Amino acid sequence: MHSNRLGWLLLAPTMIILFFFGVVPFFYVIWVSFHQWNPFAANPNMVFNWASNYRQVVFDAQLLASLGVTFAFVFFAVVSELILGYLLAQAFMKDFPGKAFFRTIHTLPLIMAPIIVGSIWKLMTTPSIGIIPSLVQSWFGLDLNIGQSAAAAFITTVVMDVWHWTPLVTLSLIAALVSLPPDPFEQAQIDGANKRQIFWHITLPMIAPAVVATVFIRLMDALRTVDEVLMLTGGGPGSATRYIGVHIFKEVFPRTNYGYGSAISVVVLYMTIVICWLLYVGLIAPRNTRKG
Amino acid sequence: MKTLRPWLMILFWTFISFLTLFPIYWLFVVSVKPAVELFSTPDVILTKFYWKNYIDVLNDRTLRSYMMNSLIISTGNAVLCTLLGFLTCYALSRFNLPGKESIFFWTITNRMAPPAVFLLPMFLLLTQVYAIGDFKLADTRIGMILVYCTFNLPFAIWTLRPTVDGIPKELDEAAYVDGASPWKVITEVVFPLARPGLAVTLILTWVFAWNEYLLAATLTNFNARTLTTGLSEYVTTTGTEWGIMAAISVFTLIPALIVFSLVQRHIVTGLTFGAVKG
Repeated sequence: MHSNRLGWLLLAPTMIILFFFGVVPFFYVIWVSFHQWNPFAANPNMVFNWASNYRQVVFDAQLLASLGVTFAFVFFAVVSELILGYLLAQAFMKDFPGKAFFRTIHTLPLIMAPIIVGSIWKLMTTPSIGIIPSLVQSWFGLDLNIGQSAAAAFITTVVMDVWHWTPLVTLSLIAALVSLPPDPFEQAQIDGANKRQIFWHITLPMIAPAVVATVFIRLMDALRTVDEVLMLTGGGPGSATRYIGVHIFKEVFPRTNYGYGSAISVVVLYMTIVICWLLYVGLIAPRNTRKG
Repeated sequence: MKTLRPWLMILFWTFISFLTLFPIYWLFVVSVKPAVELFSTPDVILTKFYWKNYIDVLNDRTLRSYMMNSLIISTGNAVLCTLLGFLTCYALSRFNLPGKESIFFWTITNRMAPPAVFLLPMFLLLTQVYAIGDFKLADTRIGMILVYCTFNLPFAIWTLRPTVDGIPKELDEAAYVDGASPWKVITEVVFPLARPGLAVTLILTWVFAWNEYLLAATLTNFNARTLTTGLSEYVTTTGTEWGIMAAISVFTLIPALIVFSLVQRHIVTGLTFGAVKG
């Protein structure tokens, strides 16, 4: 085997790029967040101002409103995707003609750019152009307007996310269900267990690791949803769909208040890390130790 | 357990497939209609095709340059990430580097972070800090190629690792015994064997770069603007050109659809960091 020098040499380009575009931005944003810095303010220079940006963050009503709708969105989207994804995965467990074909179609939204998904749903739901408002009008007599109704806009973003990402849940759960051994199910049926008992006591515990992994991935992705919502509603009406990424893009970034914007970025990053960590400690770690 | 009849399952899945496909079909419907017809009662069935939106997009010099930028940035980024990912995986697999597992996990943390958080620092670094003389990375293609490495390079490393680890070390050793240089071993022994994995990685990183919007929208003004940002420019408060917007969307969608047919099986594995084998 050759010297480690060659190994480090091969690693070097990757580490240099990730250093300048991953590590440096991370520490730079923390550093800027402790400064007062707005190039268009009376004093355009960077002035160290301790933690006053952070003191401001706590009372930022806009940010808090954005975090509230973000959590609501993530909750409804991920829960719907999980339930729907499980049902669809079960529906794929039976054999029927054309299964591979339907599976291919089901996977299709996953490869689509989020911004295109946003544009598609904008074309579907914009009043007088989209087909959904006119269907809702003629079937239920309701006036669906995502530009005016906060509830309609919120629900549409959830539906869009479900349309886009349920296939990921379905396919991960299929992978988990396929790998299950048949014996416990046969045994449970012989013992006279009903469907619900089988689900809660056999299926769910056995696919739990896959479910946890899927929830984890979906949660992380849902938290960072920006493009499609930006395209569909632009965060509106009001702050109804101004999820945290949209908030940073539309409200924080254009303000050129770099110091305060950095503080918000750091807080959001910190919250993401904490949620990740809580999930890991609460769901993934105990499972591993129980097994080990 | 009662087994459902096959035709019921087919019916059910036809319905689900309809829900999946209809929005995409609707995008196409809007793209081939003249603006005046859009605002009448929505028609689902197309009787005539109006291709002017597509021709307008292709004739628009700005949009053509955006398309070119998208193509150059995503191809450059995919090639760079796949090659560097391959070299990294080779180093991690064949050398006894201290702390190499930590390095491996460190790379993925770059992908986990929400991109919105990095908008501001990335913008400040590219416009003010990363400059050589008068040359700044902001609004350049090379700048975007490097920025996209933050999410694509970790992805390439993670997807290529099993491929490179799976190539037997005995092959390298045999080549070394025959007097080959390390570079020859990498390019002529390992690289050809890793080709299938490299192809999948190349294609998926290409799509991720092609699909990216947020960073492109904040880090470019004109010179390096991509097709996805061009799309959002057609949504304005004063009035959206729906037909054009739909046509640009279709142009953005087509490469993804082609790619989809090539690597369908690997998409789920890729999107779940390998947690799920597709």
